[in-house]
Amino acid sequence: MFIPHTDSEREEMLKEIGIGSLDELFTAVPKEFRFPKLNLPPALTEMEVLAELTELSSVNESTRELMCFLGAGAYNHYIPAAVDAIIQRGEFLTAYTPYQPEVSQGTLQAIFEYQSLIALLTGMEVSNASHYDGATAAAEAAVLAYHHFRGKRSRIVLSPAVNPQYRAVLRTYMSGYAGLEIVGDEAANSPFTTIEELAKLVDVNTSLVVVQYPDFFGRIQDLTAFAQKVHEAGALLTVVINPTALALLKTPGEFGADIVVGEGQPLGIPMSFGGPYLGLFATKKELVRKIAGRLVGETEDANGQRGYVLTLTAREQHIRREKATSNICTNQGLMALASAVYLSLLGKHGLRQVAELCYHKAHYAAEKIGQIAGFEVHTDGPFFHEFVVKTPAPVADINLHLLDHGILGGYDLGKDYPGLENHMLIAVTEMNTREEIDTLCEVLQEYNHG
Amino acid sequence: MNIPGDLKYAKTDEWVKVDGNVATIGITDYAQSQLSDIVYFEFKVDPGESVKKGGTAATVESVKAASDIIFPVSGKVVELNDAVADEFEGINSKPYETWFLKVELSNPADVDALMDAAEYEKYCEERGH
Repeated sequence: MFIPHTDSEREEMLKEIGIGSLDELFTAVPKEFRFPKLNLPPALTEMEVLAELTELSSVNESTRELMCFLGAGAYNHYIPAAVDAIIQRGEFLTAYTPYQPEVSQGTLQAIFEYQSLIALLTGMEVSNASHYDGATAAAEAAVLAYHHFRGKRSRIVLSPAVNPQYRAVLRTYMSGYAGLEIVGDEAANSPFTTIEELAKLVDVNTSLVVVQYPDFFGRIQDLTAFAQKVHEAGALLTVVINPTALALLKTPGEFGADIVVGEGQPLGIPMSFGGPYLGLFATKKELVRKIAGRLVGETEDANGQRGYVLTLTAREQHIRREKATSNICTNQGLMALASAVYLSLLGKHGLRQVAELCYHKAHYAAEKIGQIAGFEVHTDGPFFHEFVVKTPAPVADINLHLLDHGILGGYDLGKDYPGLENHMLIAVTEMNTREEIDTLCEVLQEYNHG
Repeated sequence: MNIPGDLKYAKTDEWVKVDGNVATIGITDYAQSQLSDIVYFEFKVDPGESVKKGGTAATVESVKAASDIIFPVSGKVVELNDAVADEFEGINSKPYETWFLKVELSNPADVDALMDAAEYEKYCEERGH
């Protein structure tokens, strides 16, 4: 541990403020809270600790051994070895926040490249340097919209088909804003509410409408007419995206989204039990002054050479102080780098190939599962790489059975949507071989007969 | 420092030009020099809105800090100079030509409470540079 002060310096300081010991500084804190008695067993040696932890971790099962059909926001994609090799370079791995452009050109350029790639992928004019994850990026969109209308529009319309965790985080972020109402995703509404029904909730008092594309259930909907309706009411439209899907689909920029947010994990970042992930956030140029977080811009130095700097940190607190509308200045620098390397390695065609593999394999799986007696696949329109299956028994029971056969089953939708008990969300990616999909079907069939 | 004689001044460094029942509002040369280069300007009110003396009219952001523009008078906003939001450089180069908004006075006595040029000059000197 690094202790910056010597004992004599401490004594000097204590003398200066007129107390005898360090403990006296803490007399205002009730005694029982000062330093709790820790009831710990005797210390182990390093060798013993390693043995114990190895034993504990051996019980874990990971997607390295299991066939994974679980998605619901985090996806099992192949990560080229070069991604890890590059992000582990000391210059990137240990870099601190790049406030000083004179010592941070590498990090700044990497973030600039990341921003350019995300803007291109989403069809938007500007991307920030990233947020923590998809959920916090979605919440930042709500904060932006609230301040864009100076708090005068008090309604946010939230599609029930937006990732439930994103909706929960958005609500938490907005809970301190008095008089704000968040509608659309109440439990009483059908989880499969159509965008036409959702559009009816959008009025002149609405600041923001949030939809997902493809939605949480994997469905792809053309949002062109919907975007128009949202704009007729003067509201902003946020679209939560899956970046892999955008290699295949019309970009939100093309149908008029004002803000695009999403989880960047599918772009070269391991699932790692939920993080660290990457929050994508892109928008139109006219809103650039209102985005949270940071933005790297390209400029010229005194010698006319190309260089990169942090710019337009309009909502951050170091210039705006108490007028800042966001205290977020952290970005996921290393994860943003990982996704920039991933996208560069795959290229435009490589990413499209990944998306096509996901699409076709998912459709193969949906067709086969739909043929199993007792299992019913929801097919009310086009979908990407995820789909809903109605199951003949509780999802938890089926998943236990699948796990016995080395399969990580789909997401239990009943956890978030009352009324969707016995509904499983199945994700298929390029990592699932045909044999894996066939095995899944066999085991499901066997379950129904067993 | 430029302090035109035909304007009124607020302690929060706004200038007010009164024409009949309408007050035109901007910020003074002193204010712009204290802020230094302005990089952003944003209105906090809409036309037609009733406003109170002391309320926030707009925010200006410079390379150093963000500051609120305070209403020196109460009334109804009748016009915003939308050009400012795009050409905020004018706030630095021509502070008395770059007006922000016009307010129809609800209480003309508000104007009497403001400083004249001589008083404002003294007020600026007291604060130093």
